[in-house]
Amino acid sequence: MSETVKHDPNLAPVETPLHRFMSDFSDSMIAMAALAVLLVIVFIALFAPFISPTDPYDLAKVSIFDGKLPPGSVSMDGVTFWLGTDGAGRDLLSSMFYGLRISLGVGVMSGVIALCVGSSIGLIAAYYGGRVDTLIMRIVDIQLSFPAILVALILIAALGKGVDKVIIALVLVQWAYYARTVRGSALVERNKEYLEAATCLGLDNKRILFRHLLPNCLPPLIVVGTVQTAHAISLEATLSFLGVGLPITEPSLGLLIANGFEYMMSGRYWISFFPGIALLITIVSINLVGDQLRDVLNPRLQK
Amino acid sequence: MSDAPTLDVRNLKTHFFTKAGVAKAVDDVSFSFKAGEVVGLVGESGSGKSVTGFSILGLVDPPGRVVSGQVLFKGKDLLTLPKEDLRHLRGNRIAMIFQDPMMTLNPVLRVDTQMVETIKAHDSNVSKADALARARDALGQVGIPAPDERLRSYPHQFSGGMRQRVAIAIALLNKPDLIIADEPTTALDVTIQGQILFEAQKLCRETGTSMIWITHDLAVVAGLADRISVMYGGRIVEQGAINDVLDHPVHPYTRGLLGSVPGHNTRGQRLHQIPGMAPSLLNLPQGCAFQARCPKADDACHTEPAITEPVSGRAIRCVHPHLNADEEIGA
Amino acid sequence: MSEAMLHVDNLTRNFVKRLDLAAKVAQKFGADVREEVVHAVDGVTLKIPKGGVVGLVGESGCGKSTLGRMIAGIIPPTSGSISYKGTELTKMSSAEFRRAALEIQMIFQDPFASLNPRMRVLDIIGEAPVMHGIVKSAEMEDYVCEVMQRVGLDPEYRRRYPHQFSGGQRQRIGIARALAVKPEFLVCDEAIAALDVSIQAQVINLFMDLRAELDLTYLFISHDLSVVEHISDRVVIMYLGRVVEVAETDALFDAPNHPYTQALLNEVPRLDQRGIDYTPVKGEIPSPLDPPPGCHFHPRCPHAMARCSAERPVLREIAPDRWSACHLNDET
Repeated sequence: MSETVKHDPNLAPVETPLHRFMSDFSDSMIAMAALAVLLVIVFIALFAPFISPTDPYDLAKVSIFDGKLPPGSVSMDGVTFWLGTDGAGRDLLSSMFYGLRISLGVGVMSGVIALCVGSSIGLIAAYYGGRVDTLIMRIVDIQLSFPAILVALILIAALGKGVDKVIIALVLVQWAYYARTVRGSALVERNKEYLEAATCLGLDNKRILFRHLLPNCLPPLIVVGTVQTAHAISLEATLSFLGVGLPITEPSLGLLIANGFEYMMSGRYWISFFPGIALLITIVSINLVGDQLRDVLNPRLQK
Repeated sequence: MSDAPTLDVRNLKTHFFTKAGVAKAVDDVSFSFKAGEVVGLVGESGSGKSVTGFSILGLVDPPGRVVSGQVLFKGKDLLTLPKEDLRHLRGNRIAMIFQDPMMTLNPVLRVDTQMVETIKAHDSNVSKADALARARDALGQVGIPAPDERLRSYPHQFSGGMRQRVAIAIALLNKPDLIIADEPTTALDVTIQGQILFEAQKLCRETGTSMIWITHDLAVVAGLADRISVMYGGRIVEQGAINDVLDHPVHPYTRGLLGSVPGHNTRGQRLHQIPGMAPSLLNLPQGCAFQARCPKADDACHTEPAITEPVSGRAIRCVHPHLNADEEIGA
Repeated sequence: MSEAMLHVDNLTRNFVKRLDLAAKVAQKFGADVREEVVHAVDGVTLKIPKGGVVGLVGESGCGKSTLGRMIAGIIPPTSGSISYKGTELTKMSSAEFRRAALEIQMIFQDPFASLNPRMRVLDIIGEAPVMHGIVKSAEMEDYVCEVMQRVGLDPEYRRRYPHQFSGGQRQRIGIARALAVKPEFLVCDEAIAALDVSIQAQVINLFMDLRAELDLTYLFISHDLSVVEHISDRVVIMYLGRVVEVAETDALFDAPNHPYTQALLNEVPRLDQRGIDYTPVKGEIPSPLDPPPGCHFHPRCPHAMARCSAERPVLREIAPDRWSACHLNDET
């Protein structure tokens, strides 16, 4: 009769891959700081209507007489404009909160949709191989050889203006990165024996693809996801700055920067400066978190 | 030739300081041997045998480091040697062969470039023509046919066995006094392994080079080594002359290991097995590392056994050695 | 003689590296570019009786892993047939085929890569039996505990992930996964090669115990001759895609017939051979892309004749239940 290996003191308690990941991630102080900043930004973005000092888009409250006031000045109603006001008299701090919300919202949403679309395509290319794979990857190559901003401009010109059009354009620019990443990862995993075992056990294709293959392709995807979100936010800001992005009724940080540009020369720097700083901090935090993710997740793959 | 040992390792300790704790990979290891001797350093995974080899050459990376001990190579302590002096010795007087030949060979350089580089690194006066001649001889010494053609090839154009032979040739180039071989034949096929073992044996006999052959395969060591050191849990648990240890093992682990080999068991019957698993180096038990799996363990084993010499020429760490010579292995 | 449970007839598997567009163009211009064909398995015929253990031995490039995967249904053969319990697999109805495929399971070599790192042990073992209806999902947990105990694992650890186990334990999980679908035939592809010596003994004992308890049949693929000698009833030796010798274990190890078998047995280091003078086989194992004509082994064979480079030797029965593919046997 086979003996049972009794309680082994060496075996640690249940440690999910998530636990392990979180403990490795917290090794870097910089990344943890960046993560904290990011969480603050996300909080602001989510709760902007509740935490803004004023509502900058309530036309009744905004007065042109409050326009172009420097940081720290007080309005006629006694409200302090911590970061000053813009040309139309809107409180810059509040505009930035709302702007962060829009920027982050558009960036994340386009990122998530691009991730779903791109991953599915990449998975299919890797799993079925052959002609399907070649066709898909050539399309990806062609797309990636164009500068992102050029593709985005062409798409906006074709689709027209509007939030949804901007999101579609961003998705179409980004999906190729995800497809390529997932395909590379899936090709490596495809040769691993646990997938052969799944075939041997008679599991059907769909289950193998989504229950076995996909979860193991996630690590590089998460890394690409964070970096790409930063790209999307920055791309959207560029488009808005150029005037072809989001409409004026939903101003993102890019638009705020654009609005304040005309005042730069006359010394009213704050109208462009502070939204610019906010954008910078957002993108840097996302990139730092993404860097640490890449370091943490990579050695795992070498198992 | 002097009678002083070529290599004398004394109380070597290499620890890894990780987030999860301190892994005592090498915990008070001592052994020595003379010129021309082949020592087999045998152990399973996690026994610390590879780290011992790396420690001798100072190749241990953080979070690990050599904590204490001495490694006397012809009287000089390698652990306290200044970096530049150690560099002169590596590849020159002491060479290493790794399990994966691609660790030794640079995939983007031709074989002759790599070999000439090794020669010139230690003797800049040699002309390129002379260096090439030496490289060609070294390839011939390891049994590679058509050496001129092979010199101009890249590593990926060789098979696994050939690559390992090139790695051995590179190790030989400067006629070292000591070669440390870390599982060099584990990844190779049996017939190719046979060829490599043949070359290695010839080498030691002809040039008087000493060798440390690190492996988990007792049978390989049986055919090749003069002496054997068995490692478990970072410590050497038994060492002595090869025939003595293999025929009359004294430590329960060595006995268990030899007993579990199919050759020592009746065909078709259950093999004698050592129950349980090797302990994690992070979590070694107090006292003897083998007590959890040892049929003879008792309370005396909770204190770390000192090195004793129950039989002349045999050093062990055990308070319950099997001294009855008639007891069959695996009983 | 028990009826053959598994019968492989003239099985061949080729891997073709087709020319892509660029290569085809280069070929038109006269470049020396050919379609590369690797005859990984080249016309192999084999019978495995019910309840038997057949050891399959060979070095790299011999095709033993490919053969094992074809039998387990992971890769399809190029030509030839596989018959299970008397019926050819291709001639079975889809229901029969599914059942047969489930009864033939495989244990893999790499204990790290053969388990899905993101699934708990409970799911790894329990997924397939539930999917195939062998056990109801409400009963899955109890069933998995039972299977784990059978292979010597503590069921308390079923919610853990593979990375928390040692190599030997992972291999047991792999065995449990195969056992959970109630197989009758196991292909063990170098199942113990990656394990430590002391753990190998435990797993070999486990295989032997399971064979006795569950009346399993094994195809035991290995390069380790001493293990094969211990556990097998019959041994098959392969070289570069072809079977060169088949015999009962004792007969083969006492008096090997084929020169390759003789060389192999000679080369293997044995514990009782001390400080021996190695007489290695000369030459390298040829690349499967460019195997020598006639008998694949002739460039390295000490007894090679002119006939050996021209004519492929046929696997013939040279004595009762002894088969060998060598022209030397024709000389008598």
